[in-house]
Amino acid sequence: MKHLKVDPIKEGTVIDHIPANKALKVISIIKPVNDDIVTIGINFSSKKFGRKDIVKIEGRELTSAEVNTISLVAPNANVIIIRDYQVVNKRLVEIPDIIKGSAQCGNPKCITNNESMTTCFTTVSRDPVRLRCSYCERIFDIDELKVD
Amino acid sequence: MENLISMRDLDPKHILNLIDKAGKIEKKEIWPDMRGKVMASLFFEPSTRTQLSFDTAMKRLGGEVIQMSGTKGTSVEKGETLSDTVKIINQYSDIIVVRHPLEGAARYISEQVRIPVVNAGDGSNQHPSQSMLDLYSIFKTQGTLSGLTIALVGDLKYGRTVHSLVYALSSFAPKFYFISPELLSMPKYITEDLDKLNIRYEVLSNFEQVVPELDIMYVTRIQRERFADPQEYERVKNTYIIRAAQLKDVKSSFKILHPLPRVNEIHVDVDVLPSAYYFEQAGNGVYMRQSILSTLLGVE
Ligand SMILES: [Zn+2]
Repeated sequence: MKHLKVDPIKEGTVIDHIPANKALKVISIIKPVNDDIVTIGINFSSKKFGRKDIVKIEGRELTSAEVNTISLVAPNANVIIIRDYQVVNKRLVEIPDIIKGSAQCGNPKCITNNESMTTCFTTVSRDPVRLRCSYCERIFDIDELKVD
Repeated sequence: MENLISMRDLDPKHILNLIDKAGKIEKKEIWPDMRGKVMASLFFEPSTRTQLSFDTAMKRLGGEVIQMSGTKGTSVEKGETLSDTVKIINQYSDIIVVRHPLEGAARYISEQVRIPVVNAGDGSNQHPSQSMLDLYSIFKTQGTLSGLTIALVGDLKYGRTVHSLVYALSSFAPKFYFISPELLSMPKYITEDLDKLNIRYEVLSNFEQVVPELDIMYVTRIQRERFADPQEYERVKNTYIIRAAQLKDVKSSFKILHPLPRVNEIHVDVDVLPSAYYFEQAGNGVYMRQSILSTLLGVE
């Protein structure tokens, strides 16, 4: 069977090596606006991971804040910036030491879920990803947090 | 030190400085002069004993106290945000002592105001002045915090004082015995941390065999509400009642601590033993809180 390829794009961002079935989560973080053209590839075969997802956004270069937030759901993702069909920048996402405002604490008794305020987490481990809420001090696996 | 929010923020040097100052205050070697200072005691959730201990600490150093106990009849009940409430209190006082049912509330408040904040309990998260008075009690009775053998008995799963104590002592090369019903055993994330730190600990189902080795036995209440099955509670509760007869063969410096209130986990026949220290422990709270308040206000 022939591999399905996603067409190259002229300008924009390609996010490769997203864990299988996390592409939609990545889309929800990027929040495409009206004229962004987004291509989603789910369950591609990957030498490294067996299966992977790919997301392409035409006409938009992701900011580093957006890239860092993606790291919460796709810690090994590769973010490739394309201009005029050429790769101008390629980098692995990195989970920052401190994450402000991107994730919601999983503890309903946490102050951050009861006052209008910005959340803050510190990274306690990267593999697997575990974060500590700076307010209630509880440690969460990434799956226990709502990322937005 | 700007605030006292969590034991995580204190390094061993901070801990020993606070203990040293509490000792000097207790021995009347120093009297930090807090005249003209106002402490706002904000108890969004009542806790009479903790509030009285802070009030006494402040007043015996010449300071003034304004207080709120519960939210009935306050602007909080009218829907004012926590941030607004504490910004106003900031105008009236020099230091805030706060207890709040939500976890992380004290840290959030410290970010909203320009005066020092002491966390007097945020939900089931931290209660650092309790942890510090426990450490002061251990230091006073043992002459050191280093290299001690400590048994923690009772509810090790939900007991926040126990968790704080374990972390605080981890910098001082302890040996721990964790003794609890299986349902209430020490959480895995804590034992994992201890493994990483190379701290010696053993999990036991009863304490009798280790009593002769112990420097400290720290006992907490086993609450009936923690058990989904009442029969399970009935089955285990008596295993963890400490009686004088079990404490015959102990070190001369051995002490039993308990954050109080107790129900029946320490039998009253233990109260007369020289190792019963829990009432003095509560009294140590005032000196430790004086040390904390005066340190945060920069009064020596
Ligand atoms: Zn939290």
